[in-house]
Amino acid sequence: MSRRARMLFALVLAPVMSLASMGQALAEDAQRWAVNMPKGVTPVSNAIYDIHMIIFWICVVIGIGVFGVMFYSMYAHRKSRGAVAANFHENTTAEIVWTVIPALLLIVMAIPATSALLSVYDTAEAEMDIKITGYQWKWQYEYLGEDVAYMSELTTPEEEIYNTAPKSQYYLQEVSQALVLPAKTKVRFLITAKDVIHSWWVPDLGVKKDAIPGLVNETWAYIEEPGIYRGECAELCGKGHAFMPIVINVLEKEEYNAWLGKKKAEVAAVRELAKKTFTLDELMAQGEIAYNRSCAACHQINGEGIPGVFPGMVGSAITVGDVKGHLDIVVNGKSGTAMQAFGGQLSEVDLAAIITYERNAWGNATGDLVQPIDVLKFKQGQ
Amino acid sequence: MAHGPAKGIGRWLFTTNHKDIGTMYLWFSFAMFLLGGFFAMVIRAELFQPGMQIIRPEFFNQMTTMHGLVMVFGAIMPAFVGLANWLIPMMIGAPDMALPRMNNLSFWILPFAFALLASTLFMEGGAPNFGWTFYAPLSTTYAPSTVNYFIFGVHIMGASSIMGSINIIATVLNMRAPGMTLMKMPMFVWTWLITAFLLIAVMPVLAGAVTMMLMDINFGTSFFDAAGGGDPVLFQHVFWFFGHPEVYIIILPAFGVISHIIPTFSRKPLFGYSSMVYATASIAFLSFIVWAHHMFMVGMPIGGELYFMYATMLIAVPTAAKVFNWVSTMFRGSLTYETPMLFAIAFVILFTIGGFTGLMLAIAPSDVQYHDSYFVVAHFHYVMVAGAVFSGTAAVYYWLPKWCGRMYNETMGKVQFWISFIGFNITFFPQHFLGLAGMPRRYADYALQFSDWNMISSIGAFIYGASQLLFMFNVIRTIKAGTPVSEPKTWEGAEGLEWTVATPAPYHTFSTPPEVK
Amino acid sequence: MDNKPNRSLLVKLLGGAVCMFLFAMFVMPPLYDMFCEVTGIGGKTGGPYEVTEAGVDVSRTVKVQFVATNNAAMPWQFSPKVYEVEVHPGEPTEVAFYAKNRTHRDMVAQAIPNVTPFNAAEYFHKTECFCFNQQPLKAGEEADLPLVFIVDRDLPKAVTTITLSYTLFDITSRAGDSLAQAN
Repeated sequence: MSRRARMLFALVLAPVMSLASMGQALAEDAQRWAVNMPKGVTPVSNAIYDIHMIIFWICVVIGIGVFGVMFYSMYAHRKSRGAVAANFHENTTAEIVWTVIPALLLIVMAIPATSALLSVYDTAEAEMDIKITGYQWKWQYEYLGEDVAYMSELTTPEEEIYNTAPKSQYYLQEVSQALVLPAKTKVRFLITAKDVIHSWWVPDLGVKKDAIPGLVNETWAYIEEPGIYRGECAELCGKGHAFMPIVINVLEKEEYNAWLGKKKAEVAAVRELAKKTFTLDELMAQGEIAYNRSCAACHQINGEGIPGVFPGMVGSAITVGDVKGHLDIVVNGKSGTAMQAFGGQLSEVDLAAIITYERNAWGNATGDLVQPIDVLKFKQGQ
Repeated sequence: MAHGPAKGIGRWLFTTNHKDIGTMYLWFSFAMFLLGGFFAMVIRAELFQPGMQIIRPEFFNQMTTMHGLVMVFGAIMPAFVGLANWLIPMMIGAPDMALPRMNNLSFWILPFAFALLASTLFMEGGAPNFGWTFYAPLSTTYAPSTVNYFIFGVHIMGASSIMGSINIIATVLNMRAPGMTLMKMPMFVWTWLITAFLLIAVMPVLAGAVTMMLMDINFGTSFFDAAGGGDPVLFQHVFWFFGHPEVYIIILPAFGVISHIIPTFSRKPLFGYSSMVYATASIAFLSFIVWAHHMFMVGMPIGGELYFMYATMLIAVPTAAKVFNWVSTMFRGSLTYETPMLFAIAFVILFTIGGFTGLMLAIAPSDVQYHDSYFVVAHFHYVMVAGAVFSGTAAVYYWLPKWCGRMYNETMGKVQFWISFIGFNITFFPQHFLGLAGMPRRYADYALQFSDWNMISSIGAFIYGASQLLFMFNVIRTIKAGTPVSEPKTWEGAEGLEWTVATPAPYHTFSTPPEVK
Repeated sequence: MDNKPNRSLLVKLLGGAVCMFLFAMFVMPPLYDMFCEVTGIGGKTGGPYEVTEAGVDVSRTVKVQFVATNNAAMPWQFSPKVYEVEVHPGEPTEVAFYAKNRTHRDMVAQAIPNVTPFNAAEYFHKTECFCFNQQPLKAGEEADLPLVFIVDRDLPKAVTTITLSYTLFDITSRAGDSLAQAN
């Protein structure tokens, strides 16, 4: 084989080969080559699926009729076959018929559509409430009335996204903490956003709702099957739009209650941890993890930011300047910019670790050490 | 200037001739089509495999935004304005457009608008990255610093469109040959007349939307900022009040083109002329009262949602009537399949498929799963590409012999058709599957279960992209070296005043109006 | 070529375009606000409510929940003092939200209310609310922000839970401008 032929062969084969290798990663996954929407695990998602199929089949039947007539005349009324053109160009009866029949079909479609929509909107009598807040680019879940709230961020490492490491099975569909919900419980979601508009979409739940800053939307789900369900942000929200997945872990009710109890204890433990004193190495190690998860999307792993959009942190006035100014911007954010107030999002330990990391990484050798207790004091206005 | 064109560059800069201006519009739009197509190729190349290979996510967002803006405002709309310039005076027996100097102006401000828009790609902060729908607050509080260039560019495009529409309305209403009553006008003229009214009604609304953005960004107002008593949802209402009529602005002239080509190659008059006119008018009317079906997920009260669902479903009735009319025109005709006819038939099939998915999208409960997914991307490319672009291509093949007095290469035209048709369907049909399986639109990267269909879609996109280069080659070859034709009527079954003048069409036609019986 | 009819048509159509522009800029926003208030789109509630007639519907209770959100970089601590209360329709109820300016600078905030389900918005009346005014807090200052509300007796029977949500926006720079203007 000549060199050029080999190259051509490789070019054609490469996609096929990579499909095959991806196939191994997804060998167990039935979702490959999916052509239809999931039926889902809630009454709403089932109703949506049914109405989707009804409309689909009506369209198929109409399509067969219209294209059938069309293909027939394309075949039978060809000039090359000796067809002579007729001269009719009006037929009031036909025109009335094909106005009335579609109108009737629309009514047939509107009835089940209306009843499905009613069930989408039926948020009454919920047994529990979850508040979901969209951030650039992560979700916050708050168990209302339970004092449990946490952020849920993408954990797929940068190396997988930029192809220096093989992609794992749940590439871009794995998060730091999944939303945990009980099965067979009517859960109401209150959805809002901090900065720009996001949209919370979980296909298996038949739930999609825009998260809009300054406005709280509501929707609901009654999940019949325990399991793990994955979804995405569906409204363009900036550069991390594709990188803020949703993962829901649905447990049986008793397991859920046990989880909630454990979670509450954890919250208390984290608060306690804030009083401990850490070494520079501990904070740097923790800081790198937390920074890469919560800060690197904008300021980049190398701390250089994106010129003109997100400021760099290498030798910047904030990261090598006054510690108080650094604390202020991380904890309180900066109005009118994309810099969020992380004081309410992250634990004191993470905040202290991130600030310490930023002041000592990438050649910012200030040697400053910020302890969780410093962050706590700063937050309390001391 | 009375007899022929001036010489040199001055001919194009100062021309008030409808044919010259039409030609410039068409070349400009084709250039924009290639630019927008290039952006699409970048997008599809990045989506060929999961992971970020070629570009970074922030640049990906700039690509999707610029692709949409350039294709809608730079490629499709000017293309149909170009066709209108060339054809409307010739179809109604007028010597030129009604307001020729304004015609020159409305073209020449367009390149500036797009130069301004494209220059942002090279500025700090980058090009607009908030999608062609530019929802606030992503496009206001969180916008890159170049957003003001975008706003200014949109204002210029809007001014150009409004001037173009005024010109078309004045031409059609005041300059028809004696005896050409409204109900004798060719369908292309009718659809453009209605489109022009739509444009005058909604382009100022777009201008209003971007002006409010401008004020929010630079002058501290809060139309769209909840903090100051505004509402980001208001932006979406204003935008789609423009945006929904906009999609009919794009498709109605395409309907007009198809209503010429199908009768010609069926050798049979258009079926149901008057019902076509009424259907076009009712589609235009309905376009004003359905805008919020783009916003089913923002949290509307159920009454509003039901109203917009029912109203949207109603659009299916006049649209279906049009499709039935085209099929009935073909029925018992005497059909031949030259390139324009192939594109026209593909238009009817693919547009109908786009119509079906449109009907599915109108169903508010199932829109929960379709909204902002690749299903929507597939839907609007079926109506925008297979609708507007296919009909534009058909129009060029159909009228090119009349414009330049040379025949295009039929074999090359057919080859280009088949490559386009196959490439288009490989690109966009799998996107229905991607959307239903749960892939949101405007994603720079995706989960592994979407890999297979994305790769196929990308391969189709490269095929479709290549077919456009063949189209360009065929057109240029025709102009330079096509077989000369001189019959006034290029096509056996063609009807209309434009086929009564000499071929190629002289620089001035109908200086004395023809008599229409 | 007769230019007169063309000119007059040009003027009319340009006039139409200008009218549509003015319509978008100056009619659509207030129209939308009015529409929201009437239909409860977006869960918007009205301004201060005048109590018309006393009369408590003791035959049923409605659960009212309170939710607080900080927008963007708003660093205050902001939360309801109680998460939920049970009330009878027609009965005035007082609750409070806690706010603390944790920063080292004086700030001004504006709370934007929102009621879900949306069809309850027009039946949820506030006679007194911190959201009617801007809220200034000095550096480190804290405050209880009061709210008195009445659930209308005409509230649809199907609604048993109402969620009142406030989003707190930092409007320090904006308020500064208006202060400077006032001085």
